Amino acid sequence: MKGHLGFKIERRPVASGRLVFFVSLLAIIAAFVMAGVFFRIYGVSPIHAYQLILRGSLGSRFGLAETVRRMIPLLLCGVGLTIAFRALFWNIGAEGQLLMGAVAAAGIALFSGLPDPLLLPAMFIGGFLGGAAWGLIPAVLKVVLGLNDVITTLMMNYIAIYFVEWLIHGPWKGPTARGFAYSDTFPPAAWLPTIYGTRIHWPTLVLGLVLAIVMYIMVTRTRSGFEVRVIGENPDAARFAGISQLKTTLLVMLISGGFAGLAGVGEIAGIHMRLLGPANISMGYGYTAIIVAWLARRNPLAVIVTSILFAVIMTGGDVIKVSLGLPFQLINVFNGLILFFLIGSEIFLRYKVSFLLRR
Amino acid sequence: MDNSKGYAIELRGIVKRFPGVVANDGIDLKVRRGEIHCLLGENGAGKTTLMRVLYGLYRPDEGEIILNGQSVQITSPRIALNHHVGMVHQHFRLVPTLSVEENIVLGLDEGTGPFMNFRKTRKKVSAIANQYGLPVEPQTKIWQLGVGQQQRVEILKALYREVDILIMDEPTSVLTPHEVEQLFATLRTLVDDGLTIIFITHKLDEVMQVSDRVTVLRKGKVVTTFPTTETDKPTLARLMVGREVIFRLEKKRMERRDKILEVNDLYALNERRLPAIRKMSFELFGGEILGVAGVSGNGQHELSEVLTGLRKPTKGKVFLKKKEVTNCSAREMNDLNVAHIPAERMRMGIVPALSIRENLILKKYRCSPFCHREFLDKKEIEENANRAMSNYRIAAPSCETPAKLLSGGNIQKVILARELSENPCLIVAVHPTYGLDIGATEHVRQVLLAQRERGAATLLISEDLEEIMTMSDRILVLFNGEVMGILDAESAGIEEISLMMAGTRHKGEKL
Repeated sequence: MKGHLGFKIERRPVASGRLVFFVSLLAIIAAFVMAGVFFRIYGVSPIHAYQLILRGSLGSRFGLAETVRRMIPLLLCGVGLTIAFRALFWNIGAEGQLLMGAVAAAGIALFSGLPDPLLLPAMFIGGFLGGAAWGLIPAVLKVVLGLNDVITTLMMNYIAIYFVEWLIHGPWKGPTARGFAYSDTFPPAAWLPTIYGTRIHWPTLVLGLVLAIVMYIMVTRTRSGFEVRVIGENPDAARFAGISQLKTTLLVMLISGGFAGLAGVGEIAGIHMRLLGPANISMGYGYTAIIVAWLARRNPLAVIVTSILFAVIMTGGDVIKVSLGLPFQLINVFNGLILFFLIGSEIFLRYKVSFLLRR
Repeated sequence: MDNSKGYAIELRGIVKRFPGVVANDGIDLKVRRGEIHCLLGENGAGKTTLMRVLYGLYRPDEGEIILNGQSVQITSPRIALNHHVGMVHQHFRLVPTLSVEENIVLGLDEGTGPFMNFRKTRKKVSAIANQYGLPVEPQTKIWQLGVGQQQRVEILKALYREVDILIMDEPTSVLTPHEVEQLFATLRTLVDDGLTIIFITHKLDEVMQVSDRVTVLRKGKVVTTFPTTETDKPTLARLMVGREVIFRLEKKRMERRDKILEVNDLYALNERRLPAIRKMSFELFGGEILGVAGVSGNGQHELSEVLTGLRKPTKGKVFLKKKEVTNCSAREMNDLNVAHIPAERMRMGIVPALSIRENLILKKYRCSPFCHREFLDKKEIEENANRAMSNYRIAAPSCETPAKLLSGGNIQKVILARELSENPCLIVAVHPTYGLDIGATEHVRQVLLAQRERGAATLLISEDLEEIMTMSDRILVLFNGEVMGILDAESAGIEEISLMMAGTRHKGEKL
């Protein structure tokens, strides 16, 4: 009798760290293989394209610097998102929170008239609060009115985007911008220092790395972190234990929104030195950070690694545009595919699939 | 003549393993055509797993299913239905917002093209309903029906699909005694009409009352099968648990101590904002266990939530040691040393993904010794876990093991260790032994009795009448959110309690 190949799916009690790593790696490889199809469609050898991307983003001093400067906002937004996702708050709004952080910082840089040494600290504090405020609105709406967090955080992005547009076309349009939709350039005291010859605004990078470590300690060692994990793993048990959903949700969104706001400060005070079009400020860092946090499996420390990966992909977008004449947007295909395979691969963490010959 | 003739179902050597347990360990079962065959066993004996294998919800790891003499592969409920096997689950599979007839045709390819033909459906449904005495209103929405009627819809759903074999998984657990009578009458008509029924239960009375033959399962294995008329309840009980059941636990007589809890004219709503507790008043003393008896859904759940701060009453007052606590939050009640052993231990009692160590501090993580300023004290938490694991004999590889990997009994021990370690003044225990094996059940009961001797006041809510009767000092019977009466456990009879559970007020109890 001829047998046929069947398979058996069993629940897996716990996924080991090694399994998580290999399954994630496999998902990324699968995404790169799929993306190769798109390069083929454009008539480019995928291997050649990937070589170019790697060399362009990591192989030269300039490429490396570009990769690191893109890693900074991904790191800050990503670390914040791991905390929100741990509490099962689906914050899709890091993009808008980043922009509102940028707006708050720009307002302080342009109009506060603070003494020079206080200007940058005030911009970071203001940026944190701006992003946090934008994140707290959906948090309150969810806990008090039961509104869906995915929808509200996503919609808040559009409000932020058009708010920035309005500012730079209207009240904040710079008299010295010669008709362009920019604000005026910030005073030099509001410029972040950069590593010589690069656009790496290192104070923001250091801030991101420190916050990743602090958040890791918070999640694993503190009672607030314990509350976040209990709410995220079992909201009913949290209610039973008397953990306040309101307080915890506000806390995680203060962190998540605030960190995205800090990323916004870094972008305008480190790269652009003025408030400009929302698409120029961010390039979708807030959205990409969702994948960054997810690939890190909601571990703030792992975000340091995953944010580098996505920074490489973003820099790769420049490379394929310049060297191959392909559209930069191809990297969105990458990001989409990685998220797609990543979520798809979760079945292998929760279930054990074994193949067997049935007769 | 072929031996398999006359058997509607033959299961041969069914093995079904889950991580850490063998739910079915080589089960052989033969069910004759046209009989009511009871599957009797404790929670966790493997009854439901076996029937899920037969209904195609689980694939067996080993073994063979033979229906009417034919070996078959049942890989999904649809294939089971093609073989005329239907199942009524313990928890109904109905869509509450749809009507009876919509639920009945759900998943069937009825009507022409994209259009439904409800006139035809309605005709067929009422024909079946009349034939078997299962009156329903086809256009009523499911949520408007009581549980008894919903069960009727589930049965109709199966009959509409022209099943020959009907599996009923603990059908009486949600019914009142009167509804049980009706159900049994219906099952009899079905069998007279040629259907074969498998009836899963752990209640001895039902076996004696309804079945033609009975198979006893224990720990995933068949103990024996025999005609119901050739056995009796004590025999079945012994086979089911593997030894003589202790009907009376060692229970010291206790002097009544101080009044711990006073509930005064309490009213509360359920999730659907309908009245769930009405004009409820009672008192509870230290060193006493007050059992709450009643068919599930008569206000027990809401009562436990009000007393633990999870639900706000709409009227009335609650006093704990003479102090009003009516509107206290769950955290405040916890700080007042009220312990809560919740009904759904996986959903409420533990955080499955977190370790035993972390689950043990779920309610105490905020304060010393487990937390200093913001930081958790790893060493204290671990010592606490090791202490609890040895005191409560929690069997696990280490205190790092995620709680979800533990057996039901060990999960309950984790909850007991956490809730009782601070010597609570009031314990609200809801179904504390539900689903546990004999050993774990006995352990839980002994722990609760030890708390009673220490002087704790315990409110014991359980659907297991025997548990209520053996454990309690006094028994409070609930019906429709109201207290039907409070009896002395020594003198109370099952008959009397059953009547009160069905809505008869205790003599002398005024309206």
